[in-house]
Amino acid sequence: MSSTTERAAAQRRSSRVKSGLDYIDDRFGSSPFMRSAMDKIFPDHWSFMVGEIAMYCFVVLIITGIYLALFYVPSSATIIYHGSYKPLDGQSMSAAYASVLNISFHVRAGLVMRQVHHWAAVVFVAALCFHMCRVFFTGAFRKPREVNWTIGLTLLMTVLLEGFSGYSLPDDLLSGTGLRVVYSIIESIPLIGTKLVFLLWGGPFPGTSLIPRLFVLHEFLFPALLVGLLSAHLAILWRQKHTDFPGPGKTETNIRGSRFFPQYMLKGGALMFLTTAVLCALGGFVQINPIWLYGPYQPYAVSAGSQPDWYVGWLDGSLRLWPHWEFRSFGYEIANPFFPGILFPGILFGVMYAWPLIDAWIYKDHVAHNLLDRPRDKPFRTAVGVAALAFFSVCTMASASDLLANDWHISYERIIEILQIGVFVAPIGFGLIAYRVCIQLQRTGNMIIKKPIGGIIVRGGDGAYHTLGDHHGDHGANGDRLGGDLTGGGHLVRTGGGRGGAGEGAPGGAGEAASGGAAGDEVQSQRGSGAPKEAPPGVAGGETEA
Amino acid sequence: MTSIDESDSRPELDPRSGGRTGADQTDVPESLLPGTQEYLEDPRHYGIEEGAPWPDDVPRGQNDTHWRYEDDPRGARVAELRIAFCWLITLLSGIGLAAVYVAGGEAQVEGAFLFAGFAGLGVGFVLWARDLLPGHDVIASRGGLTHASDEADRRLAVQSLGRAVEPMARRPFLGKVLGGVLTVFGVSLVFPIASLGPAVDGQFARTPWRKGMRAVSEVGTPVKPSDILPNGVLTVFPDTGEPLDSQAMAQSAVLLINIGSAPFKVLPGRETWHIGSVGSTNCLVAFSKICTHAGCPVSQYDWWTHELVCPCHQSTFQVLLDCKPIFGPAPRNLPQLPLYVDPEGYIASQSGFTEPVGPGYWNRPIEINPFTHKAVKYS
Ligand code: HEM
Ligand code: FES
Repeated sequence: MSSTTERAAAQRRSSRVKSGLDYIDDRFGSSPFMRSAMDKIFPDHWSFMVGEIAMYCFVVLIITGIYLALFYVPSSATIIYHGSYKPLDGQSMSAAYASVLNISFHVRAGLVMRQVHHWAAVVFVAALCFHMCRVFFTGAFRKPREVNWTIGLTLLMTVLLEGFSGYSLPDDLLSGTGLRVVYSIIESIPLIGTKLVFLLWGGPFPGTSLIPRLFVLHEFLFPALLVGLLSAHLAILWRQKHTDFPGPGKTETNIRGSRFFPQYMLKGGALMFLTTAVLCALGGFVQINPIWLYGPYQPYAVSAGSQPDWYVGWLDGSLRLWPHWEFRSFGYEIANPFFPGILFPGILFGVMYAWPLIDAWIYKDHVAHNLLDRPRDKPFRTAVGVAALAFFSVCTMASASDLLANDWHISYERIIEILQIGVFVAPIGFGLIAYRVCIQLQRTGNMIIKKPIGGIIVRGGDGAYHTLGDHHGDHGANGDRLGGDLTGGGHLVRTGGGRGGAGEGAPGGAGEAASGGAAGDEVQSQRGSGAPKEAPPGVAGGETEA
Repeated sequence: MTSIDESDSRPELDPRSGGRTGADQTDVPESLLPGTQEYLEDPRHYGIEEGAPWPDDVPRGQNDTHWRYEDDPRGARVAELRIAFCWLITLLSGIGLAAVYVAGGEAQVEGAFLFAGFAGLGVGFVLWARDLLPGHDVIASRGGLTHASDEADRRLAVQSLGRAVEPMARRPFLGKVLGGVLTVFGVSLVFPIASLGPAVDGQFARTPWRKGMRAVSEVGTPVKPSDILPNGVLTVFPDTGEPLDSQAMAQSAVLLINIGSAPFKVLPGRETWHIGSVGSTNCLVAFSKICTHAGCPVSQYDWWTHELVCPCHQSTFQVLLDCKPIFGPAPRNLPQLPLYVDPEGYIASQSGFTEPVGPGYWNRPIEINPFTHKAVKYS
């Protein structure tokens, strides 16, 4: 803003913008909303971007999905194939399978679209799982954000259904086998199973109704549900604002980060393009689901070593791990697949839905939080999360038991037996280790803390000076109720001495900041913005060294 | 704003702007330009309500209009060129993509151009935001710990609700009637769901196998005992006289196994179900191919151990022990089909199955009459 010409140009642009906004505001009165929207602050932590990556995967899925839908034929009608893929010439197959062959070999850019679509689905679920982990381990689901946790879980379930229904659309041998198993799982539900499965499939397996129905679910019902739920998810997020990690200058009632416009909007857009770029590279170079190698579905054929997409592996694994039990009395039976296929995921999701309540009960913590826990400060919760991950991992490994048996030269029976033990031992073991590690990290953390605190001193309206950034120890009365949990989630000051505030902690901290630690950078940059050249009255930036 | 009031206190109407209110277009006040004192002092840019006291944890007057190369015009120019270069890559990729498309398409090249195009765009945006644009690292107020309203607002809401709900609650009779009506009507609205599938009428226990039906291969050729060599297996279906649909095939697939001279354990009452005698060089038995776990076709036969393995979850069935499950989640034997050789020398079934094939379900009978195909025993 130096020369007069630049100033004049800024004036002119500003007046043009003004008249444009006047036009809108005259009609909608939108200025206050727009201002607060553009001034909105988004925290800059990298882990918050994974949820966005998931969102951008969804965008890619919709765009590529629409392209695929234009060529896909949702029909089980049997045809004799005479298309571009010669090895299957003359084979009888469903029209759906033939249309996917057509997309892959005949439609221009069809194969790349298909592969990008499938990769996007795989990455989507991975990003969602990561997103969920970060929310879990940092306690971001606590009050007031429990509702968004619930919506998020419903999103996850819908995405799993969306993924599985899409995976089944090509009607190839692999996906058809997966459907056969799902049919049996639903059939096993007590009382209503057989009726329900007839309604879904329109009769005995496989029938000709399912593919068109799956198409309706995959194209319309689930995506519509996802868009609706996602909108609610984001609207609530917008209203409640992001959580943030404790750190210099951050308190329960403020938020520190970049403005929505331009920083966040440009960077968010960039993340979308970069996500898309990576998905395109994967879709172009890494083959996925080559259905022409699996062949069309035949109800009496199946190939060994058939693996579903990774995100349903845990369910397939649980079917393998559950012993050969089923229960029968008075002429009625609860069939085997019901337990690992319905009861087990039902209980798991039940616990996940209830977790905010359970967590609040464990920690006797019913107040609202905006600052996150560090995982180590809530060892029990962290241990539960790690145990759950170990559990899912063992189940997922079980779904590859035949492949593992091949690779490791052990019989598949041994692998399953090992994993049947592992499914109990691994969660307990990893949970205990996680607990110990948390406690240890808390201790070491106590000793080596020399991070700068109180990056800025501010004079309040009452004329008194306040140090920003030393409120970390006391954001809510949580913690210290269970095991070794420490009070609060702050990581800057925990020892008695450190609590003293800026005067003690800062000198060492300032030195570190200069040497370029991550936290140091933050403080420096904040200092930069805290001490503008034409410093307005009432601000004393970077006073901590003084 | 009412339009009758023409007093002096009203802002002037600018005739050129169609009666829009507000300042003269060409003379925007200084305060609208970022970086000025007024801008920095305006609490609303930091999430603070107008008139509310400035919170302690939001630094007053933090200047977020700074950007990286603000004081370095040369650096800014270089940054600008860097960004333009990234976008140039996108431009070239677009041209490349179009060329590949016209030339006939090739997944790998398309993927490469798409990657470069999107990556160029994305990296350019990141650099732009990082190097040339303000708005980093601002501290703003959340306007409180949560957005919870205060007590007065809540009371007002309860009042408004009460205004509507009270008069309704005064008529419990209507409430009950409506509840009943909606229940009945709602249930009847759900009825069309029934069109999605047929009634369940024992289909889970039935297969198309009938007395005297020949076993035919998947292409429909009848099978003679000599077609299957020792340790050989063949998937067969019942010859019903017409082509089987996929549902019938899925339910009736049967594995014919020549167990050679292996010691097959013949269950009492099943002495005549196999072809050839146990211990001779050719002994043929037939079992349902549908896994009793979750219905996959049990397709791997290990002739050395005489085990059948289901590829889905590795349930393993010992053929010599009447296809008893010896490993894995399958809870039951594979049902056996009684065979005989018909007068023309082809393999055929003596009857249907005597128990349901495939996975379990709530009211699965444990025995069915192989001739009438009705359930005869449930427990
Ligand atoms: C939440 C998002 C979605 C997920 C997780 C998902 C997942 C999948 C998966 C895994 C496949 C199998 C692809 C393959 O094997 O090649 C698939 C196929 C398909 N999807 Fe999606 N999808 C999603 C959204 C959509 C949308 C919104 C549309 C259309 C508007 C769509 C249209 C299709 C079509 C037509 C196919 C079949 C064609 C093919 O197999 O190549 N999908 N989907
Ligand atoms: S379906 Fe055969 S083992 Fe599960």
